[in-house]
Amino acid sequence: MSISAHLPVLQVVLPLISAPLAVLLRHGGFAAAIVTTGAWAAFAAAIGLWLQVAESGTLSYHIGNWAPPWGIEYRVDRLTSFVLLLVSGTAAIVLPWSRASIEREIPQELHYLYYAMFGLCLAGLLGITITGDAFNIFVFLEISSLATYVLIAMGRDRRALTAAYRYLIMGSIGATFIVIGIGFLYLMTGTLNLADMAVRLREVENTRPVLVALAFLTVGISLKLALFPLHQWLPNAYTYAPSAVTAFLAATATKVSVYVLIRFYYSIFGESLVFEQLPLPQIMLVLSLLAMFIASFIAIFQDNLKLLFAYSSIGQIGYITLGLSFGSVTGLTGSIVHLLNHGIAKAAIFLLIGGLVLGLTRPGTTPVVPGFDRLAGLSKKMPLTCIGIVIAGLSLIGVPGTAGFISKWYLILAALEQGQFWLVGAIVLSSLLAVAYVWRFVEVAYFSPPPASSTDIKEAPFSLLAPAWLLVIATLWFGLDTSFSIGAASDAARQLLKTGS
Amino acid sequence: MQDDLVLRVIGKILIPYILLFAVYVQFHGDFGPGGGFQAGVIFATGIVFYALIFGLQQARAVISDGFVEAMLAAGVLLYAGIGVAGLLLGGNYLDYFVLSSDPIHGQHRGIFWVELGVAITVCGVMIKIFYMFASHGDGGEHRQ
Amino acid sequence: MTHFTYMATVFLMVAGLYIVIARGNLIKKLIGLSILQSSVFLLYVAPGKLLGGTAPILSPEFSLYSNPLPHVLILTAIVVGVATLALGLAITVRIREAYGTIEEDEIVALDQDDFHDRPENQS
Repeated sequence: MSISAHLPVLQVVLPLISAPLAVLLRHGGFAAAIVTTGAWAAFAAAIGLWLQVAESGTLSYHIGNWAPPWGIEYRVDRLTSFVLLLVSGTAAIVLPWSRASIEREIPQELHYLYYAMFGLCLAGLLGITITGDAFNIFVFLEISSLATYVLIAMGRDRRALTAAYRYLIMGSIGATFIVIGIGFLYLMTGTLNLADMAVRLREVENTRPVLVALAFLTVGISLKLALFPLHQWLPNAYTYAPSAVTAFLAATATKVSVYVLIRFYYSIFGESLVFEQLPLPQIMLVLSLLAMFIASFIAIFQDNLKLLFAYSSIGQIGYITLGLSFGSVTGLTGSIVHLLNHGIAKAAIFLLIGGLVLGLTRPGTTPVVPGFDRLAGLSKKMPLTCIGIVIAGLSLIGVPGTAGFISKWYLILAALEQGQFWLVGAIVLSSLLAVAYVWRFVEVAYFSPPPASSTDIKEAPFSLLAPAWLLVIATLWFGLDTSFSIGAASDAARQLLKTGS
Repeated sequence: MQDDLVLRVIGKILIPYILLFAVYVQFHGDFGPGGGFQAGVIFATGIVFYALIFGLQQARAVISDGFVEAMLAAGVLLYAGIGVAGLLLGGNYLDYFVLSSDPIHGQHRGIFWVELGVAITVCGVMIKIFYMFASHGDGGEHRQ
Repeated sequence: MTHFTYMATVFLMVAGLYIVIARGNLIKKLIGLSILQSSVFLLYVAPGKLLGGTAPILSPEFSLYSNPLPHVLILTAIVVGVATLALGLAITVRIREAYGTIEEDEIVALDQDDFHDRPENQS
């Protein structure tokens, strides 16, 4: 048995096994070790899969040795391996970071459960990405979602519970809509295998059940990806969850949902149905613009730093769906590369805010809320943390030299290709809103005098700063050397647009 | 409810049969309605019935909290383990064909062990949920 | 009444969604969610029974069998629904402990009060 032949399944199985092992071991330290090993093994598998796909094209793995379409198939193409790298890489960085952070935020006897749920969530997200079977997407989606609800409910503040409840209700409605959509597709094509479904869908494309399936899938996935009017669960869920959980979710949960949307639109329904016959591009354009402007605007007025960046996430997701609405290679490239760029930047910001919260909290007390009144003059006491947040914030704005600029550049190129000059203006204008909310942080941290009671605040410990700064440096790296990110994204976009009808 | 004579007697008569019925449902999943999930729930129902009549402390003495959590994890590991066994024996993940010299018997074996894993996990989950909600009245020391 | 099951499906779906949106009690919302999920089970299983089809056990006298695959899918979906319901109820119990109420409008009001006296609340 050669490991490289079984990489697709090991990608999911290794984190999945680490979760019940963590439950059996009960002790926080051992659980942490097992789940972190599982996450690093998953990252290694993702790198292995990336190299294999680059060399030999799309991989197909038959679970249980049943040939598709009877059995479940795991299918890895360029986009899949790209998203796998993002998700497993984020977990590999956040898990070692979370050891120090959850000491304060979660009671000691629940640590092993935190790690078990993290392992399950990671396995679920990896499973959604890699599977080539429609119902399997739903099953892994629910595995990761249920684990996420538990992780969010572990936050200290009692509002974490209401945030988890609201996310549970909205997320379950979203998942139910997705399964209704899959049900209609199954009824019309008779198969659950995505590749087979794409072929069979050509004959029944314009029948009403298929259009209904498209509608239900779009709404269900939009609930999961927090597209503008359906974003209500995100701000509170990101704010009141434990810091490590927020960092992991901000970089992965919505991005995997975007992956599912791209997969359904391009590989199954095909661009001719979705983008040419139906008004979906226009609808998505309007909703993306609303997200970009309204969410960024709300972010400016927030008092809690985590809430501010949570609203900023909703705005940034607007950029991703804006790229989708163009339906061209450039637009899709911009969307896919923004998955990576935004994921890295947001994970860095939330990790740094977690370190900030820990630095501000006196030992033995509950973690403080990072409200702007406490952040005054913080740059003197926690210089590395603050400059890290500023650099990642520059990536959110899209300053040249940071990764965010690359994605916005491709979005602007896509708009110019289609002759929509007003859209270029809209993208630039919404970036100015991002300047406003990043400037609020800079003003408070750098230009306000520190309060008198802040003498015992120190910089966050090295174990917390190192992973976060790794991500900050990655943001700068991907802004200057785009060969990996743009190379991967444009290859993925070209492959999707070629294989769709 | 410990003082109610009728309940105690009927409980002592019926509970073994409920547990036996759960085992029956577990193994007859291929021929009739049944399988791992249903069997796990019926088994847990027997335990819940016992806890309702004889008290939560008694039930905890029979099946302790730690054992229930171990059941939860062990079932999942058993299921995943069958998959890994398929890998080690030369097939793909969850490949039942290689589990025995004859592929048909391999399917039988694979399904048997996988359903057992499902039953153990489901039974553990149901009992754990019951313990959690039932003990909530006294002090609420269980937070999760 | 040839499309009776489909009408029942649509009725359950819409009723479940309405309960989730219109009711403020946390437990009633979970009940609405369960009703919504039941409609999905009906949506999958009902078309699986083919007219004139028999149970899916191979036998030489029959040539048309009902489809067993939807049943398998729905078993999984039922388990997912049960797990979601259990998790929702557990979170509701903890909300009751933390807030003292399970009515959504009262919880929002309590959070607003939290918001106004937040500096005092922090240690």
